[in-house]
Amino acid sequence: MNDTADLHVASAARKDAPPAIVMDKVNKWYGQLHVLKDVSLEVAFGERVVVCGPSGSGKSTMIRCVNRLEQHQEGRIVVDGIELTDDLRALDAIRREVGMVFQSFNLFPHLTVLDNCTLAPIWVRKMPKKEAEELAMEYLRRVKIPEQALKYPGQLSGGQQQRVAIARALCMKPKIMLFDEPTSALDPEMIKEVLDTMVELAATGMTMIVVTHEMGFARQVADRVVFMDQGEIVESGPPEEIFGNPRTDRLRLFLSQILRGH
Amino acid sequence: MSDITAPTRFTPSAARTPPLLTTGPIGWLRANLFSSWLSTAVTLLLGYLLVRWAMGFVDWAFVKAIWSVETGADGRPLTQPCRVNREGACWAVVTENHRFILFGLYPYDEQWRPLVACILFVGLYIVSAMRRFWRKELALIWAVTLTVIGILMWGGVFGLTFVDQERWGGLPITLILSTFGLAFAFPLAILVALGRRSNLPAVKIICVLYVELIRGVPLISLLFMASVVFPLFLPEGLNIDKLLRAQVAVILFAGAYLAEVVRGGLQALPRGQYEAADALGLSYWQKTGFIILPQALRLVIPPLVNTFIGFFKDTSLVLIIGIYDLTNAAKTAIVEPAWVGFGPEVYVFVGLIYLVFCFAMSKYSQGLEADLNRHRRR
Repeated sequence: MNDTADLHVASAARKDAPPAIVMDKVNKWYGQLHVLKDVSLEVAFGERVVVCGPSGSGKSTMIRCVNRLEQHQEGRIVVDGIELTDDLRALDAIRREVGMVFQSFNLFPHLTVLDNCTLAPIWVRKMPKKEAEELAMEYLRRVKIPEQALKYPGQLSGGQQQRVAIARALCMKPKIMLFDEPTSALDPEMIKEVLDTMVELAATGMTMIVVTHEMGFARQVADRVVFMDQGEIVESGPPEEIFGNPRTDRLRLFLSQILRGH
Repeated sequence: MSDITAPTRFTPSAARTPPLLTTGPIGWLRANLFSSWLSTAVTLLLGYLLVRWAMGFVDWAFVKAIWSVETGADGRPLTQPCRVNREGACWAVVTENHRFILFGLYPYDEQWRPLVACILFVGLYIVSAMRRFWRKELALIWAVTLTVIGILMWGGVFGLTFVDQERWGGLPITLILSTFGLAFAFPLAILVALGRRSNLPAVKIICVLYVELIRGVPLISLLFMASVVFPLFLPEGLNIDKLLRAQVAVILFAGAYLAEVVRGGLQALPRGQYEAADALGLSYWQKTGFIILPQALRLVIPPLVNTFIGFFKDTSLVLIIGIYDLTNAAKTAIVEPAWVGFGPEVYVFVGLIYLVFCFAMSKYSQGLEADLNRHRRR
């Protein structure tokens, strides 16, 4: 009998470094609804983890617990060596190091693209304005939309907005990036440009947790794929194993359904 | 079955202009006024009534109106011609009494002082309305202007004779009550609205209690409380001025209403805006100041200005506790026997003054709204 928790631990090569994220038997309820059940997951620095599962499986809730947009009620979450508690200073420290990209972009519509990117570096990192703008332009170049810097988010396409959101998060120079279904709200023609940006980011060695149904992306960049259902981690492993040799009937059913859709 | 044809090239068709009769003024008329027989009939009927009424009004207000009357030997105005002429307005009641209506019981020879004060107020509004002056210095401009207005109204320095607050009246009172009222009520309202959504139970309860208590009481009874009941609780000898008490009542009342308007804006913001600000590590006040309030307040400009306009006019309720604001001064002007019965003319005049201020606010807010929401345009 293997300890199932071991399956979710990163490959042995990275084990000596301190983990980026540790979730230990995390439980969460919405009222009476048990949405996370004893979720344990360890993510090493530099690791790319893709989380998939049917809707309502708790995958978004899980990554939103990492920067405490949702609060867990039981278990421990340690991010970058800091445990998530009610201590607000610890929370601030974690949020500085953890960037997040949302399904609905959540850009600030009243600020230009450039101001979206520089706001947090200036006020949270206390970076001089000029330096923050240079940094923002560098990241906007990296996501290939520097020419849109002075436009407002509403003037951009969905794919462009999501790339701005990625640049905005990167401007905080986070150690960890969380992606919560970053392509679900996009037209098919725009999904690719966002995924390309994420592939490039992965190539820089960024620690990433990505909730997505894009299996092509998972195969291409994931070190590990985590499959969740009903608030539990059902299976986890390298993509070729998860996709090529699913061990549970639940995962098999899920894969057959999403592959039919493609 | 192996004949593979090359794909045909897709050429988008050229855009055409819409049919002539559906655009421009003709299109508008056809769509809005003459779209059917019934619509045409209603348009013609309403048009006829409108013209009839307008002609009647022009006749009363201009053609048959009397603009001035002689002064009798005893110094009283001879209003007999006005009384005979029932078909025209008697604007003499306004021309003869305009200084009393505008400045109340303020000493006659010193009335240039409230006049300058009013001009300063209007200047202050205009400067504050211009976005290029939205800088830190604006607070200084306000402080200086209000100080100058205070000096002008009270006097007692720089060779100006002292004028007691009891004698202030007319337009300056209306402007003082509404300017200070809204200038203090607005920040108060923002704090209360934020407090009502706070996670701290004590803060939340205080804000809810404040809003519900104040909003559940008519402004008139609040003014009565401020004017009659409140002094009973003050220690002997300590007397807070009546105008100040009314001012506080107006601030508290406006604050409660504005707080609910602001709260509406806070609630209309998608949760994602709060989450994105949190995820970036912004503190509560940074999030509120940079992300939440700028968007929430833009959303509620129309109801906000609606409330502003409402309160500008509601300041006239202070007549109930004997403060001579614009409305009360007008009302008092027609108490004099010679002018009894000329209420419509006086109220039309006062109404026009209110209209000018309210219309300016309304127009300005429309421009501001379009300007501040330009980020939503594509």
